[in-house]
Amino acid sequence: MKAPDVAYARPRTLDEALALLAEHGEAAQPLAGGQSLVTSLNMRLAAPGLLVDLNGLPELTGIAEAGGVIRIGAMTRHRDLAASPLVAERLPLIAAAVPHIAHPAIRNRGTIGGSVALADPAAELPACCLALRASFVIRGLTGERRVAADDFFLGLFETAIGPGEILVAIEIPVPGADAVSGFDELARRHGDYALVGLAAQGRRDGVGLGDLRLVFFGVGDRPVLAGNAAAAVAAGGVKAAQDALAADIDPADDVAVRGATRRHLARVLLGRVLGRMTGEA
Amino acid sequence: MSESGLSFLDRPNSYIGRSVPRPNARRLVEGRGTYVDDVAVQRLTHVAFLRSPLAHARIASLDTAAARAMPGVVAVVTGAELARVCTPWVGVLGHFKGLRSAPQHALAVDRVTWVGEPLCAVVAASRAEAEDALAVIAVEYEALPAVVDMETALDPATPPIHPDLGDNLAFERVLEVGDVDGAFRDAAAVVEETFRFGRHTGVCLEPRAILADWQAADGTLTVHHSFQAPHMMQDILCKHLSLPEGAVRVICRDVGGSFGIKVHIYPDEMATCALSLMLRRPVKFVADRLESFTSDIHCRDHRVTARMALSAEGDILAIDMDDLTGIGPYSVYPRTSAVEANQVVNLTGGPYRHQAYRARARVVLQNKAPTCQYRAVGHPIATMVAEGLLDLGAARLGLDPAAIRQRNVIPDDAYPCAGVSGIRFEQLSHQRALGTLLEMMDYGALRAEQAALRARGIHRGIGLATFVEITNPSAAFYGVGGARISSQDGCTLRLDPQGGVVAAVSITEQGQGTEGIIAQVVATATGVPLEQVRVVTGDTQATPYGGGTWASRGAGIGGEAAWQAGKALRANVTAAAGAILQASADALDIREGRIVDAATGAERMTLAELGRIVYFRPDTLPPGLQPEFMVTRHYVPKDYPFAFTNGVQASYLEVDVETGFVRLLKHWCVEDCGTVLNPLLVDEQIRGGIVQGIGGALFEHCLYDAEGQLLNGSMADYLVPMAGEMPDIAVAHVVSATASSEIGAKGAGEAGTAGAPAAVVNAINDALRPLNARVSRQPVTPEVILEALGTI
Repeated sequence: MKAPDVAYARPRTLDEALALLAEHGEAAQPLAGGQSLVTSLNMRLAAPGLLVDLNGLPELTGIAEAGGVIRIGAMTRHRDLAASPLVAERLPLIAAAVPHIAHPAIRNRGTIGGSVALADPAAELPACCLALRASFVIRGLTGERRVAADDFFLGLFETAIGPGEILVAIEIPVPGADAVSGFDELARRHGDYALVGLAAQGRRDGVGLGDLRLVFFGVGDRPVLAGNAAAAVAAGGVKAAQDALAADIDPADDVAVRGATRRHLARVLLGRVLGRMTGEA
Repeated sequence: MSESGLSFLDRPNSYIGRSVPRPNARRLVEGRGTYVDDVAVQRLTHVAFLRSPLAHARIASLDTAAARAMPGVVAVVTGAELARVCTPWVGVLGHFKGLRSAPQHALAVDRVTWVGEPLCAVVAASRAEAEDALAVIAVEYEALPAVVDMETALDPATPPIHPDLGDNLAFERVLEVGDVDGAFRDAAAVVEETFRFGRHTGVCLEPRAILADWQAADGTLTVHHSFQAPHMMQDILCKHLSLPEGAVRVICRDVGGSFGIKVHIYPDEMATCALSLMLRRPVKFVADRLESFTSDIHCRDHRVTARMALSAEGDILAIDMDDLTGIGPYSVYPRTSAVEANQVVNLTGGPYRHQAYRARARVVLQNKAPTCQYRAVGHPIATMVAEGLLDLGAARLGLDPAAIRQRNVIPDDAYPCAGVSGIRFEQLSHQRALGTLLEMMDYGALRAEQAALRARGIHRGIGLATFVEITNPSAAFYGVGGARISSQDGCTLRLDPQGGVVAAVSITEQGQGTEGIIAQVVATATGVPLEQVRVVTGDTQATPYGGGTWASRGAGIGGEAAWQAGKALRANVTAAAGAILQASADALDIREGRIVDAATGAERMTLAELGRIVYFRPDTLPPGLQPEFMVTRHYVPKDYPFAFTNGVQASYLEVDVETGFVRLLKHWCVEDCGTVLNPLLVDEQIRGGIVQGIGGALFEHCLYDAEGQLLNGSMADYLVPMAGEMPDIAVAHVVSATASSEIGAKGAGEAGTAGAPAAVVNAINDALRPLNARVSRQPVTPEVILEALGTI
């Protein structure tokens, strides 16, 4: 199929972009890396009136650390995350996740902002952001606001970004010296969306793990924070956490796989990731 | 043997058996290929098709008025309108007794029968504008009961898709050989299994594409087509568009993969040609990926219930099997959709010595995309059934899987002979192939490694699969049934003045290296350096008449035609040279582009000098000499209906029994395609075929819901095998050249796909055996394994 006719604008500044969104309302669609949007245009699953290309906005780029926070510009490409020494050193969870995102050609164009703004429930970076207690910097015509990760992912392809707003950056508190993270996913082929994935962030607490955030992806309509499982780790260890996970996730049957299979795979993955984080495996 | 007394392989400067690069590879890699979508013509229009969203429905009304008024639209054409130009067809053949189908139109006229069937065409200045107009066509469908599940397609309560046929049985074949009941009665062990094969398809890098250009001024229809069989297409276009043969020219330039997908008649492609006639303009259709998944032929939708009787020593005594396959709403034209099931009947147990065999195959209609011949037609099913049963038998009797195969294969010294189903073998090499394979993989050491790892909770499996492959088909495949599909092929050679050769050949190139092997054969036969041979393929107006490339026939049939043509040209050239040099033609040869003394190799004159004289100074030739520097030879196999090949594959893999994920560690294949013309190209055919076989075994599946909706029509949801999951593949050959031709080459295109699924599934079951679990449903997804283990 061929994309329907669509108007295109490439603003030079964030204010110009916001003005275009305001002017065109629901017909306007911001374009980041285009790795999902262009596909849906080509399959005629989306038909915006105007694409507002964010690729020329200097305000949306760069990775920097200041005041105990890493700020990642929304237009930072996956490959730039992979190449960043800062990410490698300070955010090993993201560094571990990025190689699992699709294929090199997609990582060359796809952006962290596009990924979290799309909020595909099977994507890696939304789960990492939730595990890392990221804060999402969102700009509108009237000003800037920050939304905590726990309040950002609202449902299937739904986020706290409002009409006329643009996600500018993701701010992630730098994990402490005792931080420990774990990441893994089960995908049929390298680069596929995972059947189940897990992004975990916590800190060493004696022989155990404290402040543990276990975020599963591919098991619900958004990244799922598995609170029961995390609590059970502290109380009873890995086996208890695996049992408690049943109360955290309830994946549905779909084309690819039964919900029961995802549930089982999530349980296995939890055991493996926790095992690695606690040095058992 | 060649005329000069040297064998084919021993000719001086022979290119045979050498991995010379193919001439088109660099051009294609540079992005300079000419695929259908690259062909530029004046006043081109683009067609997009409205396709049925329902599996089965009556078209109650179809209103195209709004679409006609859309920007850029040239025409909107319904099925009824198109039927005035293009006649319907019925996909049956005489040698499949009882095969039934219904007339099929290029565009559905009053009823749609699968999701994706085209029913209306929009021709516009661009594809995007055509799609814009599609969106405003108003159709009212009255849903009809959809026949989706092949298991219930024959139930009396299930309505027939085509009421005139009375029921949904398209074809049935029953075969009984020997005392089957007696064999099972006397057996020491009887094993049985129900094998399910997931419907899948061949995914080509270049989708189906066609550009039809009707020139009313001179009454010619030129068709650029991504296709395997240009002369067949020419014949069928003539028939259904009521044109004389000379009016239709089909050109297949570069073709980006085919695998059997591009050898069938597709409604949308016929419609595109009819539209060009109607509009007197060129019309182009390029399938997008979604419509490829819903309109390319599918395959392998089979359920086979089978059992095997064995003696206590492990001899196969009999196989009894029942195959049920769903082929969609129509048997595909002109090759029919009965071939796959027929091959399953012919091939199951083909490598083995048993003398009792019972098979039934039922081919049923259903409201899904039509199925037809895709790489290794029927072979992976037949191989899985026999090899799966044999492993069950070995386990039951406590025998080693390799040993039970060595015991049961037809011995290498037993040929010529026939397989249990009646298929005739000239010379196969199962014993040598098995021996080579076991040595290559170091079978004993691998078994030891497997056992050691099992003790540590690591579940690895080794799977073997012996197989036979049909290649080099004679007219027995289609021609005897009334199909106008050529089984003979030809090659025309012309020696040009500077000493180069142009070879026009009727077999075709889709990326497998056809042009490369033809150049090798021609260079060897004529004595002209390889780089001075140019090969022309894929043009009904420029090549000899022939069948094209399918059923692993290019090298064996087209290659022999090229060899014979090369010998004839060499004889003509040496005769002319002899007259000029006052030497006996028999004493001369051509080597490295020079006329030489055959005995000493001493140069007598260059081909360029000979060409200069013959073409530009014929006045200086001896009186009465008229050199013929252009020759044509044709070839068709006559001794055997098919040149069977054989081989054996092995898979080594690890099953993660917690997740059900399979990691492929290594794959081996030993096969016997007769003379290996180009080892590189043959090995890559084997490897590519294995990867496609692994695709069917582990990944590929066209998923439909209960209403007949295809659920995974995209490259994100339909999993093709990709490099990251593939194992290293080691390939070796045993050579039993066919005596039916001088070059002795048999086909190699399908051996990989024939055996890979059985090897992989047997390896999975080998890994799972200590856990008392087994799988028999392909693709073997992690879920299938977890279910077998009782985990979920």
